[in-house]
Amino acid sequence: MDEAVRMKLDPAIRDQVLSTVPSLRAFAISLCGNIDRADDLVQETLLRALSHIDSFEPGTNMPAWLFTILRNLFRSEYRKRRREVEDADGRYADTLKSHPEQVGRVEFEEFRTALAKLPADQREALILVGASGFSYEDAASICGCAVGTIKSRVNRARTRLADLLAIDSVDDFGPDRATRAVLAGGGRS
Amino acid sequence: MKNRRTNLEPMELDKSDGDKPEALDSMGRPTTPRKPDARLGREVQARIGQQLRAMYDDFVNQGVPEHITDLVRKLSDQD
Repeated sequence: MDEAVRMKLDPAIRDQVLSTVPSLRAFAISLCGNIDRADDLVQETLLRALSHIDSFEPGTNMPAWLFTILRNLFRSEYRKRRREVEDADGRYADTLKSHPEQVGRVEFEEFRTALAKLPADQREALILVGASGFSYEDAASICGCAVGTIKSRVNRARTRLADLLAIDSVDDFGPDRATRAVLAGGGRS
Repeated sequence: MKNRRTNLEPMELDKSDGDKPEALDSMGRPTTPRKPDARLGREVQARIGQQLRAMYDDFVNQGVPEHITDLVRKLSDQD
């Protein structure tokens, strides 16, 4: 692997890459719901990025560039899995369910499980705009689609999440729910 | 990324409902068309946004495994 990327990396570029990694990794975990797979995905993304660093235009959006690479890697893996397993989304949800402690705090388990039930295109759009902090325009460029499509996916994602989490009112989604989740899970991991 | 935590806009009337690119979900199944008036209240939207960011921040705060940061550092330190 080092062969492909054996070149001197501009320290400024390196710092941009390094400062993006935590969010890039959070995106990967959010997408695939499994820490080990997410770390593999991040590592593969970085190797690809660094071996093609010449195609990055300094001054442009480094996070968007890295997220695009990761998203495309994830999607090609996803398509591969889809051919293998009919119900890839269902299996993804099961994976999450059986390893809740591996992914994060138990209080987020219900939300993560709901997120896992979204179609992949809605999930990635919602995460990019709602958590990674990208503009709708950047998210569209990362996902290779129109801005209007991203808006539509984000709205569908939120509507579906509200259904799945049965949020009818704010009261229904407050500390009580989190407390119940903690009790049900036997405490924080 | 920048300084903004989120760029979620309040949900507007979903004009793209029924758009051809949206007719199928990622699994190639027809999506269930939402009712045109199936909009979420701002408070519900805000709650979802908060949960999403809390989850994401939890992942960010886990820190990055050393072998990943080392990978980037090694590549820039070598001459």
